[in-house]
Amino acid sequence: MPDTAETGLNVRDQAEPATPLAMAGAADGAAAARSPGRRRRSRRWYRLVSPVAVVGLWQAASSAGILPASKLVSPASIAHTAYALVVTNSPTYGTLQESLLVSFERWAAGFCLGIAIAVLLAVATGLSRVGEAAVDPLLQALRSIPLLGLIPLFIVWFGIGELPKVLFVLLSALFPMYLNTFAGIRGVDSKLGELGRVLGLRKLEMIRHIVLPGALPAALTGLQLSVVSSLLALVVGEQINATSGLGFMITQAQQFLNNSVIMVALIVYAILGLFLNGAVRLLERKALAWRRDFGR
Amino acid sequence: MASRLRAVDHLAERTVVPPPDPGGPATAASVRGLSRAFGGRTVLDRLDLDIAAGEFIALIGRSGSGKSTLLRALAGLDQEVTGELSVAGPVSVAFQEPRLVPWKKVQANVELGLRVADPQASARTALDEVGLAERASAWPATLSGGEAQRASLARALVREPRLLLLDEPFSALDALTRITMHRLVLSLWRQHRPAVLLVTHDVDEAIALADRVLVLGEGRITHSSPIAVPRPRDRDHPDLVALRLQLLTELGVPAGETD
Repeated sequence: MPDTAETGLNVRDQAEPATPLAMAGAADGAAAARSPGRRRRSRRWYRLVSPVAVVGLWQAASSAGILPASKLVSPASIAHTAYALVVTNSPTYGTLQESLLVSFERWAAGFCLGIAIAVLLAVATGLSRVGEAAVDPLLQALRSIPLLGLIPLFIVWFGIGELPKVLFVLLSALFPMYLNTFAGIRGVDSKLGELGRVLGLRKLEMIRHIVLPGALPAALTGLQLSVVSSLLALVVGEQINATSGLGFMITQAQQFLNNSVIMVALIVYAILGLFLNGAVRLLERKALAWRRDFGR
Repeated sequence: MASRLRAVDHLAERTVVPPPDPGGPATAASVRGLSRAFGGRTVLDRLDLDIAAGEFIALIGRSGSGKSTLLRALAGLDQEVTGELSVAGPVSVAFQEPRLVPWKKVQANVELGLRVADPQASARTALDEVGLAERASAWPATLSGGEAQRASLARALVREPRLLLLDEPFSALDALTRITMHRLVLSLWRQHRPAVLLVTHDVDEAIALADRVLVLGEGRITHSSPIAVPRPRDRDHPDLVALRLQLLTELGVPAGETD
């Protein structure tokens, strides 16, 4: 096999799929490193063993011809494809980094708007019975509509440009965030509300010092769920007649039966997901430092 | 004190007298015909009470006798009491559970809602007074029970109240910590001279601290005993031994059943 040397080399490049793990680890590690971190760090190291072993077996099965490349390409050739997509601007796919940027921008626009609207709505409904009566039944009803089922309607309403894609991400981020933040606001300890009255807090001070921080743990749970569901919406939404982005890459690759490009795009989605989840967890650690179980 | 006056819009017409006309009013709180029922069960029944400025009062009663209900009415936390209620502001409360806001560090808890020129300096002074200066930047979750109550006391005192309401603040503390806290409360009271209403179920605590011990029963003040014995008080002082027996009898605990 003249291929082996190159394959062997590329297997080491398979530290690639390991990179997202390391990245998520870094998010955890930032907080842990301050406390007696050494033992924890070594334990985290062991966590890499099984993923690396699976990739190794996969590569071995591909090299031995047990896994036909037409069904599942080898890690080595995925890495090779990824490298090629980064360094060359192919007329069919564009570059990987460009596609990632386009997809990320879509996600970020939809996600940020969705979260902002969700928080505003949750504060309005959480703080006033009138607001709750006006908005909550509506959102509860909308929430029960399966978002994926909306795609055909979205195309009819908003065409096939950026708008339906961003809107799709927005809606999928909105609901988990809204529901959790609302529950969080309603769940704030009423004894702390009494305390605020005794201390003579004004309405806005009460919201700022008692209500919002009290709702934060639940809101952050909502944020985590929103990240997950909005990424899913991105993957699905992007494949509606996209002309750019990772979803476009996938639909193009599908037409050319290029499995390896599809795999690269999926892995990049996964890395994006791990990275964003890690970011939320880091935020949680920072914002909830007052909880004893989060350490200092 | 617009923020406090907002609490007035309830049935009891709770009036908060604004701070000092020079010399100060003689009463810190005055209550006439205060009633409160919970679902048909009368807890306070046309209760009358006067608290003199700077007076340390302990209010005892069996559980469910309405001690906390009276305190909450004085604090302006009960919107459904009826009767007349006039309180000299500012009023501060320290609750049974310290009720520190868990996401604010100790100092920020003391500063919360504080409207003075330099809240940080006032808070530091208050924490220093309760001996908690070195925990100013600690999270409440990391405090011991006694430390948390000190922080709660600092937060109540920093507002320089003319009426300080203490709702069984020591009941969850261990015996040694409680003794330390008694001394602390007395020294703070001597220094700042607020009127104090201490709600407690502990007869010994009441006798050790108060100028006057009130017994609440049947929805009214059924007994009032001034204590002239100077502090610190010897538990075995004959007057206090006699008073303890008398109060226990008032509470319906026949002599001989206690130690």
